[in-house]
Amino acid sequence: MGEEFQASKPIYMQIVDRISQQIIRKELSPGDKLPSVRDMAVHAGVNPNTIQRTYQELERMEVVMSKRGQGTFVTQDEEILLMLKTNMQNEIFASFVSNLKELGLSNKEMINGLEKYLREENK
Amino acid sequence: MIDFRSVSKKYGRHNGLSNISFSLEQGKIYGLLGPNGSGKSTALKLIAGLVSPTSGQVIVKGKEANRKAAADVIYLTEVDIFYPSFKIKDMIDYYDSQFQDFSVIKARELLDFMNLEEDRKIKNLSKGNRGRLKLVLALSRQASVLLLDEPFSGLDPMVRDSIVKGLLSYIDFEKQTVIIATHEIDEIEPLLDDVIALSDGEFLGMFNVEELREKEGLSIIEWMRRTFKE
Repeated sequence: MGEEFQASKPIYMQIVDRISQQIIRKELSPGDKLPSVRDMAVHAGVNPNTIQRTYQELERMEVVMSKRGQGTFVTQDEEILLMLKTNMQNEIFASFVSNLKELGLSNKEMINGLEKYLREENK
Repeated sequence: MIDFRSVSKKYGRHNGLSNISFSLEQGKIYGLLGPNGSGKSTALKLIAGLVSPTSGQVIVKGKEANRKAAADVIYLTEVDIFYPSFKIKDMIDYYDSQFQDFSVIKARELLDFMNLEEDRKIKNLSKGNRGRLKLVLALSRQASVLLLDEPFSGLDPMVRDSIVKGLLSYIDFEKQTVIIATHEIDEIEPLLDDVIALSDGEFLGMFNVEELREKEGLSIIEWMRRTFKE
């Protein structure tokens, strides 16, 4: 069905994450209109009620706004978009750090390790 | 919309379904899940009025299910229902003559969506295209209940994908309730609102797909694996 979903997280939240990433990567720009619920459902191969919940959640996060009779649009509020990016970064940092802590790494070792890794990767 | 009230169905001494009760709402997509022989097809036939309960009641839109009330129910069986010498367009004409709620315009749109040409003979169609055609015929009717019995069985992933997308594009969610009986749950889980699980004719449970993930961190398939192991 095109896209796979993890079992441990509700599907609507996984689609919230995907749309948020598209916004952060600027694949969706401020002011862009999101596909209709039905089109998005067909595209993702999921139940329209799930997409409805996805859009509600994005609206609650103030990342999108729905205009009556016109559709759902990405916010043009730069502050909210910056916050979205920061929040998603922090989520990734949190899981990264907690995984490394389980290996017993100190903060200093994490930073050194990361720097070394990035140097190698960019070679 | 659809109510099972303490429904049992016996075939001779064999229990098809034992004392099952549940209730389905309009406008949702339900999965009816369970291994082969768990009673899924029996449940669908009861809703379609093709068999009667041994005891209990099956209520569809406020009335006891029978063949007459079933004009408002579409039942897509696992077996093919085609005349092999027909062309696709003959089949469309035939459905149009048999069902008042059949729309030829919608059928043409769906044929286009599924990439089926109306001049093709049915006997020359691949299994996948026969599966697609069955869905075209079903979705071209406006009946309020759509019953699909193993719509994906033996079909390759491309065909499954086009069937899922066809369903999502053409179901009228305001008016239609869809029940999909299947033992192949993994691909269609994101399509479903709620799931009814059966095993050996017994009712195992009914739950919302997203709630199961939120509360237990489980997909339906994982839940089924755990339940059937015990």
